[in-house]
Amino acid sequence: MYQEILTRFKQGYRTIKFPEGPLPPLPEHLRGRPLFALDKCAPDCRLCAEVCPVAAIEPATKALDLGKCLFCTDCVQACPAGAISFSRDYRLSVRRREDLLVSVEQQEMVLAAELERRLLKLFGRSLKLRQVSAGGCNACEADVNVLSTIGWDLGRFGIQVVASPRHADGLLITGPVTRNMELALLKTWEAVAEPKVVIVVGACAIAGGPYRGLAEVGDGVQKLPVDLYIPGCPPHPLTILDGLLRLIGRIENRS
Amino acid sequence: MNQQSAKLAAIANGEAISLNEIPFLELLDFQQTISSGVNRGQRVSALFGAATAEPELTFLYVVLADDEENHLHVGRTEVKGASFPSLTPHCPQVHLFEREIAEQFGLKAIGHPWFKPVRYCHSWTGRDAWERPAEAAIQPAVGDFYRVAGEQVHEVAVGPVHAGVIEPGHFRFQCHGEEVMHLEIALGFQHRGVEKALSGGPDARSLHLIETLAGDTTIGHTIAYAQIIEALSHTQKPVRAQALRGIALELERLANHVGDLGALAGDVGFLPTASFCGRIRGEFLNLTAYLCGNRFGRGLVQPGGVGFDLDQRGIEEMLRRIEILRKESSDAINLLWENQSVMARFEDTGRLAETLAVELGIVGPAGRASGLMRDVRYDHPSGIFRFAQMPISTYDSGDVFGRAYVRWMEIQQSIAFIVEQLKNLPAGKVRLLPGALQSETLAVALSEGWRGEICQVALTDAGGRFARYKIVDPSFHNWFALAQVLRNQEISDFPLCNKSFNLSYCGHDL
Ligand code: SF4
Repeated sequence: MYQEILTRFKQGYRTIKFPEGPLPPLPEHLRGRPLFALDKCAPDCRLCAEVCPVAAIEPATKALDLGKCLFCTDCVQACPAGAISFSRDYRLSVRRREDLLVSVEQQEMVLAAELERRLLKLFGRSLKLRQVSAGGCNACEADVNVLSTIGWDLGRFGIQVVASPRHADGLLITGPVTRNMELALLKTWEAVAEPKVVIVVGACAIAGGPYRGLAEVGDGVQKLPVDLYIPGCPPHPLTILDGLLRLIGRIENRS
Repeated sequence: MNQQSAKLAAIANGEAISLNEIPFLELLDFQQTISSGVNRGQRVSALFGAATAEPELTFLYVVLADDEENHLHVGRTEVKGASFPSLTPHCPQVHLFEREIAEQFGLKAIGHPWFKPVRYCHSWTGRDAWERPAEAAIQPAVGDFYRVAGEQVHEVAVGPVHAGVIEPGHFRFQCHGEEVMHLEIALGFQHRGVEKALSGGPDARSLHLIETLAGDTTIGHTIAYAQIIEALSHTQKPVRAQALRGIALELERLANHVGDLGALAGDVGFLPTASFCGRIRGEFLNLTAYLCGNRFGRGLVQPGGVGFDLDQRGIEEMLRRIEILRKESSDAINLLWENQSVMARFEDTGRLAETLAVELGIVGPAGRASGLMRDVRYDHPSGIFRFAQMPISTYDSGDVFGRAYVRWMEIQQSIAFIVEQLKNLPAGKVRLLPGALQSETLAVALSEGWRGEICQVALTDAGGRFARYKIVDPSFHNWFALAQVLRNQEISDFPLCNKSFNLSYCGHDL
């Protein structure tokens, strides 16, 4: 008993202060929002689009689909002019799929707005989510799980992952939706009472990720109405937290 | 080497062999060679099919690991028609391999004691081993399950969607009261078709499919893949890259082992260690992110070397952080062994006998906790492990405690290894670009992921493209052990037993 208390004392208080306080330390090489310097591109160069494993770059316009992007930086390495870079901007979540198509001229992304008033009143202080893992590699799940550890303490915002869809206000979905999970996902969604929200986390759930186009997967969540898209492969926990907090109106207009 | 294994070709981990140098055996001879090898202490690392130009002819390849002699044996045979006699009754550890061959190539394994699909998907050949109509959708986990009948016997079905943030799988318990008489696990919900998608590669997507085979084992799997490409293209990777790969592999082990010990503590309601380890696990992931910007090591291991280097400042920062984490993990984890109520729940729960572990071909900490001396880093070392030897950590109890304690021993060794490597990081480049792959060649690579042996095998065609890419995640060997240890166990001990194995669904389902 004495040892436990002593260890507790040594381990200290560890919850990050975000969003009120400073950001937690982020890795130097963090791959956040990509930036294009189109003026550096040689005319007709398509190297970036050619090496992209998931065809996330439109060859002609160089518009980038952040929903498909694996943040792998293969395009950065292929670009002879150094026109592409990945910034450390962790804020990537949006409410509409089309907001993930980032054109090169665009300086800012249209980040996720909070829920509509009626839903915000219901879920703003208490959002219970059922997580469904529908294929994928379990890395998104791991970094969703991390939010429940003491370092992030998701519970302090009233957000919690619950064990039954009957207890949930919505689903948090990861994975490309394999053929073998399609039915289970649909049934779980149906079991959640109205009104409900759907949050998709990671490149797989948004557009199929590295499995896009394979016969055994469904290229992400296509059949359910999605309220929040959190891109990344997998998204950093801070990206996920930022998205969830925007949805419930806890980070409104913060830049 | 006696006569039997001389029938196969001996190669080392990370080596390639031209297809026409691989001995061809008649089917029965091939099977006898496997079972006599296994009887002498070898293991089946991989056993898989490969299509041929003729639909009625399927090749089978085997990779047997000889841990004592430190090499691998490779051989092949052919199956004519739509069936083959099952080897499983004589050699239980091939049970799932045979089901997989049946599912992928539509070949019936005649006499297989539990002949069911593995991942519930259509075959690659248009032939179906269960004669299901080609047009009909295949429903996962639908079909016969092992049933126990009798008064008061009841069945508990769980999944595919579970209560926590966990991957999908379906579990059927046959119970008498609280006691589990039998557990059957049906997987395949995570099946994405990765092996098929790798055929025709390597291409822009290949590495990313490997990185996401099991997201918590990105480093383990990408090291095996890189070794395959390097073997097939005769690329000598720089030693600095080898050391950095070793550091990344051990960081991956640390994050997962520490996380598992925390989760085990959580499952027995011991919250101090659960919450400390939950955070410390994240700090180890952050160290991987420090190396490459991604917490799971995406982009770090590249064929020919690594994608990121460390400067002197980086080395010092890593050493500083590792030292803090060494103290913190030690404080948090040692609470477990000193706590009576934790120990009472860990000890004697979910015991896997050594003989059963040998028979089933169990790998990784789960095997070592049942006394098996097997660890790729020691038995089949490649890369940095040829220079820096890793001792094998074993325990003999085979229970939850054993599996937890082996992890703790490995944590200490991994930390010591990383510190040692960081302090003596060899100078030089970190990457050489590999050239074209040798045609009509087979390459095998093993790496010791945190769950155990990862085995990847590639066969190239006449143009040097992958004709077949085989992946064996450690979970493929080990899921059956979890089902076995649940026998005669309280059903309420399932979460604890499950966590003590912590197997991968996606790595199994591919
Ligand atoms: S970082 Fe994104 S856009 Fe660039 S190559 Fe990778 S997936 Fe394609």
